[in-house]
Amino acid sequence: MSFDAANLLPILPEIAVLVTASTVLVLDLYLEERNKGLNHSLSLLGLVVALLLTGFVGGGETQILFDGNLVRDAMSDLLKGAILVVSLLAFIYARPWLKDRGMLVGEFYVLGLLAVLGMLIMVSANSFLTLYLGLELQALSLYALVAFERDSKRGAEAAMKYFVLGALGSGMLLYGISMVYGATGSIELGPVAQAIAEQGMSNKVLVFGIVFMVIGIGFKFGAVPFHMWVPDIYEGAPTPAVLILGSAPKIAAFALAVRILIDAMQGLHADWRDMLVILAVLSMGLGNLVAIAQSNIKRMLAYSTISHVGFIFLGLLAGSDQGYAAAMFYSIVYAVMATGAFGILIILSRTGFDAERLEDLKGLNDRDPWYAAMMALVMFSMAGVPPTVGFMAKLLVLEAVVRIDMVWLALVAVFFSIIGAFYYLRVVKYIYFDKPAEDAPVLATTGGVRVAMTFNGLSLLALGMFPAALLTLCQSAFV
Amino acid sequence: MGFEKFLFYVFALITLWAAGMVITRRNPVHAVLFLVLAFVSSAALWVLIEAEFLGIVLVLVYVGAVMVLFLFVVMMLDVDLAALRAGFIRALPLGLLVAGVMAVEIFLIVGPANFGLEAFPPPDAAPADATNTRDLGILLYSIYIYPVEIAAVILLVAIVAAIRLTLRRRPDNKSVDPARQVRVKKGPDRIRLVKMAPEVEEPFGASPTTESGETS
Repeated sequence: MSFDAANLLPILPEIAVLVTASTVLVLDLYLEERNKGLNHSLSLLGLVVALLLTGFVGGGETQILFDGNLVRDAMSDLLKGAILVVSLLAFIYARPWLKDRGMLVGEFYVLGLLAVLGMLIMVSANSFLTLYLGLELQALSLYALVAFERDSKRGAEAAMKYFVLGALGSGMLLYGISMVYGATGSIELGPVAQAIAEQGMSNKVLVFGIVFMVIGIGFKFGAVPFHMWVPDIYEGAPTPAVLILGSAPKIAAFALAVRILIDAMQGLHADWRDMLVILAVLSMGLGNLVAIAQSNIKRMLAYSTISHVGFIFLGLLAGSDQGYAAAMFYSIVYAVMATGAFGILIILSRTGFDAERLEDLKGLNDRDPWYAAMMALVMFSMAGVPPTVGFMAKLLVLEAVVRIDMVWLALVAVFFSIIGAFYYLRVVKYIYFDKPAEDAPVLATTGGVRVAMTFNGLSLLALGMFPAALLTLCQSAFV
Repeated sequence: MGFEKFLFYVFALITLWAAGMVITRRNPVHAVLFLVLAFVSSAALWVLIEAEFLGIVLVLVYVGAVMVLFLFVVMMLDVDLAALRAGFIRALPLGLLVAGVMAVEIFLIVGPANFGLEAFPPPDAAPADATNTRDLGILLYSIYIYPVEIAAVILLVAIVAAIRLTLRRRPDNKSVDPARQVRVKKGPDRIRLVKMAPEVEEPFGASPTTESGETS
């Protein structure tokens, strides 16, 4: 029980992020308006340091620390790394947008970094309490980021919806946790799993608890029928906020699902599998069909998120190590793709103008062939066209589903992703085969953004051709 | 029926009655005051199950601080009750149905069947010298130190977010800073002559707007 300083070693990445956030918070007060860029540099530095520290403390055997509140295992190492890389890209893309609108202030970086901290805490949580607190830390920061453009009515409305529905989702999750606590007498994942193995299915309270928890997870992922908030928030929130909330939090939500459903509730797999089947089929169906009808690209990407969540659930419900690894691969890849897509939208925006309609992408190839190629890569990857990584991700998930003899489910998934290919390819058509609007100005971006976008786009291609490295890491997390 | 049981039923009934009054009162200030009553009587229930510290904290924090702020907000905002209650009767049957189903479900799941005295026998009464403030403090700062730290960061987020969303420097504020006023010296501080080209009046309506704050 006595405190051991060795406990602090595995949370060095979290400490680095928190220290950076606090430094930015204080330093921002003393910075003059023209020096606000320092916040940006400092935040990036903090994230890079956290990434290095993740590599430094990672690897080796699973460690359970802080009296069972925290775990450091192969999964937390990989997901932390992925979250940090994705957030690094997101911060780089967000900067020009914020600068143009006079919003390059410390609070954006403080809230963004604390959201990242919440995600890091979630992926390495080993008790329901830590998991829930990490989730709330992330969610509260994101609510504030959605309302960040405080003179925008749409932003305020989106933040309100996000807040109310997010609170409802958290409430459901907590209610489920309290029931599971009542049935098992613990909030630590290991003892809960042990108690479930002893009691098995006989306990009605456990089954009810898991229903509420799956609903809570569905809310946080934005799976149908708990998806209503997603399109409105993607549309109403400022693009940098969408960039942050649409990418890395999906990885964290995946960790939430794994910690709850697999680490704690593996014994009830038969119960939650059927629930996930319903969520997955509905998400893939509704997401892909409704996305076709959208003329606002942010809304389209929101529905596309919903359909991708269906795919992540496919991997989870397979209940095999292979399926879990496939779902993990998918969620990391999805986060990278989403960052690229919203990054391009930010690049297309300028002072007083936000790229939101599909038409705004018209003739991107004539305006900047390189960004056009990157956007095309992102779209091909989301559609699942080889040789991009989106194809590999879908293939792995489908393989896992077929292995458990649910061929019909795999067929449904393929059917809907073919429908989905239509609206991704429509974007590519706008980019390459349409003329840009008359008044479209030349795209002016900084070198940093160009390097980041190049890395972002090409990594989709590289991972698609050489998926083995990331896949091995994913598989080693579930052995 | 022991005295303790009698107290439990009294406080439980008060809590239920007060909660009912919260949602049926027309005057929002009355509703808030009934909510205070509900908190106080639930604090009494907590004291009855030997969670004295939590009971006192509930009174101090919720009744003493949160609800007073709440009362201020309710008094300052002009809450339009007619609009709030507009759909009440129409939505009542559906609401009652949902509430009824929920109540039955909750009773079946967390009711005596699963959480009765057979499953969870009452614990022995704590010895007279047990202090649950100390016990709680030791738990919080040893086993639960990591969650406590995270909770602290969540509070930080709340502060940053609240300030970001509400604090604004209004450009149309014409207040004068007296400290700077008294420091004014003779010369360039008081008056500054600017050379500029004569301004030709533009025809009405031709001047482009230079507002750049609105982004929709």
